[in-house]
Amino acid sequence: MNRNSRINWINRLLLPLLNVLTAFIATAFVFVFIDVDPIEATEILLYGAFGYQEGIGYTLYYATNFIFTGLAVAVAFHAGLFNIGGEGQAYIGGLGTSLVILMIDPNTSPLIFISGSILGSLIFGGLWALIPAYLQAYRGSHIVITTIMFNFLASSLMVYLLVNVLRQTGQMTPESQLFPQNSWLPFIHNIAENIGFTIEESPLNISIFVALFFSILVWIFIWHTRWGYAIRATGLNSTAALYAGIKPKRIIILSMCISGALAGLVGINELAGYQHRLIMDFHFGYGFGGIAVALMGRNHPIGIIIAAILFGILYQGGAELAFEMDNISRDIIVVMQALIILFCGALQYMYRPWLIRILAPIEKAS
Amino acid sequence: MEDLLLTFILTLDAAIRVSTPLILASMAGLFAERSGVVDIGLEGKMLASAFAAASAATILGSPWLGLLAGILVSCALSMLHGFASITHRGDQIVSGVAINILAAGLSIILGLAWFEQGGLTPTLTSDQRFLSLTLPGIELINNIPLIGTIYRELLSGHNIIVYAAFIIVPIVWWIVYRTQFGLRLRAVGENPKAVDTAGLSVNKLRYKALLVGGVLCGIAGTYLSVAHNAQFTRDMTAGQGFIALAALIFGKWKPYTVLSACLLFGFLDALAVRLQGVVIPGIGEIPVQLIESTPYLLTVILLAGFIGRAVPPKSVGVPYIKER
Amino acid sequence: MQKHIYAIELKDIDKRFGPVNANNKVCLQVEKGSIHGIIGENGAGKSTLMSILYGFYLADSGEIKVFGKQYKFKDSHQAIKSGIGMVHQHFMLVDNFTVLENVILGSEGGALLHDGLTAARKELTRLGEEYGLKVDLDATIDSLSVGSQQRVEILKALYKGAKILILDEPTGVLTPQEAQDLFRIFIALKKEGVTIILITHKLHEILNVTDNVSVMRGGEMVAHRETSNTNREELAQLMVGRKVLFKVDKLKKDIGEVLLKVSNLSIRDKNNTYRLRDVSFDVHAGEIVGIAGVSGNGQSALLESLSGIIPVSEGYIEVLGHRMDSDNLIYPDKLREYGLSHVPEDRQRMGLISEFTASETSIIGYHNDKTINSRVILNNTKVKSNCGSLMADFDVRPNNPKLQSESFSGGNQQKLILAREFNRDPKILLIGQPTRGVDIGAIEFIHKRIIAMRDSGKAVLLVSVELEEIMSISDRIVVLCDGQVSGRIDSKDANERTLGLMMANAFNTSDNIEPLTT
Repeated sequence: MNRNSRINWINRLLLPLLNVLTAFIATAFVFVFIDVDPIEATEILLYGAFGYQEGIGYTLYYATNFIFTGLAVAVAFHAGLFNIGGEGQAYIGGLGTSLVILMIDPNTSPLIFISGSILGSLIFGGLWALIPAYLQAYRGSHIVITTIMFNFLASSLMVYLLVNVLRQTGQMTPESQLFPQNSWLPFIHNIAENIGFTIEESPLNISIFVALFFSILVWIFIWHTRWGYAIRATGLNSTAALYAGIKPKRIIILSMCISGALAGLVGINELAGYQHRLIMDFHFGYGFGGIAVALMGRNHPIGIIIAAILFGILYQGGAELAFEMDNISRDIIVVMQALIILFCGALQYMYRPWLIRILAPIEKAS
Repeated sequence: MEDLLLTFILTLDAAIRVSTPLILASMAGLFAERSGVVDIGLEGKMLASAFAAASAATILGSPWLGLLAGILVSCALSMLHGFASITHRGDQIVSGVAINILAAGLSIILGLAWFEQGGLTPTLTSDQRFLSLTLPGIELINNIPLIGTIYRELLSGHNIIVYAAFIIVPIVWWIVYRTQFGLRLRAVGENPKAVDTAGLSVNKLRYKALLVGGVLCGIAGTYLSVAHNAQFTRDMTAGQGFIALAALIFGKWKPYTVLSACLLFGFLDALAVRLQGVVIPGIGEIPVQLIESTPYLLTVILLAGFIGRAVPPKSVGVPYIKER
Repeated sequence: MQKHIYAIELKDIDKRFGPVNANNKVCLQVEKGSIHGIIGENGAGKSTLMSILYGFYLADSGEIKVFGKQYKFKDSHQAIKSGIGMVHQHFMLVDNFTVLENVILGSEGGALLHDGLTAARKELTRLGEEYGLKVDLDATIDSLSVGSQQRVEILKALYKGAKILILDEPTGVLTPQEAQDLFRIFIALKKEGVTIILITHKLHEILNVTDNVSVMRGGEMVAHRETSNTNREELAQLMVGRKVLFKVDKLKKDIGEVLLKVSNLSIRDKNNTYRLRDVSFDVHAGEIVGIAGVSGNGQSALLESLSGIIPVSEGYIEVLGHRMDSDNLIYPDKLREYGLSHVPEDRQRMGLISEFTASETSIIGYHNDKTINSRVILNNTKVKSNCGSLMADFDVRPNNPKLQSESFSGGNQQKLILAREFNRDPKILLIGQPTRGVDIGAIEFIHKRIIAMRDSGKAVLLVSVELEEIMSISDRIVVLCDGQVSGRIDSKDANERTLGLMMANAFNTSDNIEPLTT
């Protein structure tokens, strides 16, 4: 294998694997530090994720959210932008889902509900990313800071709306009225029942297919359209992109709006698919998790799906772990998320000089 | 009239308490960004040190040991950030985000393991905390009409970290503008090449800046759990690290302007608490969320260039590589 | 017998960056208290050599002796301590610091600034008077003219005790008057015993100011001369060198109408310095116009403005009848639609995207093209097969469209880019440095294809620093120097000597500058 192919293998496979492994080993250290056997913990975690049907259902339901936010972060990364605003975009996307559902006549067909709510999530999520994108493109405002600010603004806005506008009169809890039945996305366990299989109940609903569908869409968009080509060119070499006649401002806005729209789809899974009403903080943690998923999955839909499932396993397994062991909460998953972002993101090239020196050294010039 | 004045003074009093962690954290961010390193991780460092300080104060019985623990933890995280962004030239934002999430998760996990109180640390007793100090001469001044009230309510009665924060700002100003370290710090942030060709180490300077920031963040975090409150609770920083960042930008990276921005944000926060439920004729009740959002809205407006330009140090966010 | 001590002695300095040999066994001897010029084109290795001397880079091998003592500089700090000071081409100044603060950076004289500032002020005032380096010490850098900023750089070096001053292309950003002032400062410094090394590509500077001159070319030191014993023509020839001449047969062709018109074109960069000034020429269908000149004389600005990447400041450009001026911008994609193709000078920075495959690279600039796009989908299969044919046509090896473009050799990368641009059958072809880093066999192939383009009626603009290339291919030659047209000649009348003279022309005023007396 010549040197270039070796370096390719290192970059594409070996390095990411090593990074993820390091994150796992670091987590094992944390377990040891709090007097928990990492092997035992892993067993419980895997059992929780796979060991029983309800667990599998939850794993995939969590994975669905991570696919949406992972795709969102990845699209922005391809344009060279870091979208930390996934939390806010997911939250506002859910607002869009809810508003569309609540405004359509309850007797409308489910098909219209599904299309409408998907559209609502996309548009609202995209709009929430539009302002920071515009400010970056046309005013030079640092998109990372503005999107973080917009995360907080989303929280405040949603609290206000839920407490003052959307709350049912006479109710104490800040949530909207229940969505009409026709808008509820079918649960997988219900579909299974209708074709003769009985599986345990779980929040898993057809949103997972929506997620897979959008994964394919993103794959086509990024690698098989001229706009995706322009986005990738800009992210890899902005000077060459200028040479090619690509306009950077348009790329910023295009990629960020698509990114926000994808994050907004979390509303489909959580609200139209599970909660069936707008509640507070349904989005919590998925935006940041999307960053870890995109980094782990190296911004490619296939990698993202795998990473999202992994995170689903961690989330569900983590819940099981918190249930089984007295002094662990689901926050251990947050720790793991952080370590993955650290080793697959900030320190992603840490091992590379050594790997290249050992596996693909420069031959000395004769 | 008396009432309104008293309310105003009390609000200012609350504002000072709320601003303190912002002041300390934004000064920490100032050092980092002036040297050219983006520090999104202020939030995580404050949270981690809040946890460490409360834990140490409980276990070892002294708020000062808690302060030491808080500072050590915050510095450790700063060095991690430096390792990723300076030595390995990794993405500084990603590193900061990782630190934030790590602090959030680890503080709960360790808290559960050590104290078994659902993530909280045990409530600190009085001698494990920094308590409010009464400034000298209060008996004499107390009876003077306006000044006495101001002295009693506004100036006296804060804990030592609050006073420290306000003293630290002039010290920071002095370090940045009147010392060799400050000159080099500012140079590294504007033109690292100039520093390199002058024979100085860009990386060492940046590490030093992060270390100073680590100490300040450590004090900020300690304040939250050991002085202002009496324990560590989940996510107790509540975004103050980001507000500190916003204040830093709003204050254009200059110590005294940043201090004013922090006080402004603190005041708005205290005002929000006061205005809850208050009805303004003609407008109705001001949504508390609107007032709470003001720091974030102001930052966005500033970044958009509508209230003057916020020009950061030129080399902020760019890892230094000797070019070919 | 006592050994003669030079200010600087370099022996067999070697430095590689990856596969590129930037300095190849370079030797240099600089006399104490002299003004020594180092001349050569961009990429000849002068800046690398000086960076090694200044401690910015570590040489792979070789000896450095400063005033007879041997050194191995690990950083600039050590170099400064040995008495070397450098004034860089791009200033190393902090824009919002004052002059005083910039000078003392790194030599503050203590933890507190106050005392250091006072001491520095005294010393700098003295230095300023002694050498004629007058500058307002309390002004901020961004308020100063470029000439004053340069004086700050010199003061900085002197303040740190420099006995040897290295200046890298100092007059590139100066007006003629400021350049004259600079040379007067050199004389004053020399009188005080300071040794000066002047790096430049401008022949008249060498002849007017220096005592000795060394010529670098292609990473090697090719000649040393005493300035009084040499002349312009000799230096020009040494600098540019003699390459293998491929005589390409050109048929006499009838030229058609003007397809590309450049009229009084001026380009100013973001510092408001003129990169191109009042340039006018035409390119007809069926002819090759060669733009000759040492690189850094406005060629990049010319190509980038013609291709729509940077805007026009003054004057206008007419591409196939479409006008571009300061009020009318036309972007590269539109220009491509009209029928203009552009082979950029710097393929790594602009012509390629290293992580893209050859297939993806083959449509840079053409990704919106209707033949490969349906309404939504970009037909990757078609792009790949097109790429395969392109690669076969231009003998790009290996013929693997799926290979990442960074895996190809420089020559093959260049052929891929040329294939991409030529294949569009454009009406106007802009080509920058087409054979840079390309092996000899490929050079001949590329030249033949360029001539073929011209024979089929295209208007070709060729920008190259290789005089042989310009002379053998162009029909007409326009020479650029300092951003202005310094000469025009039909290629049949041109030879190296004439072109070299035109390339060395510096000022728009008379080029008979009185040599400064020592």
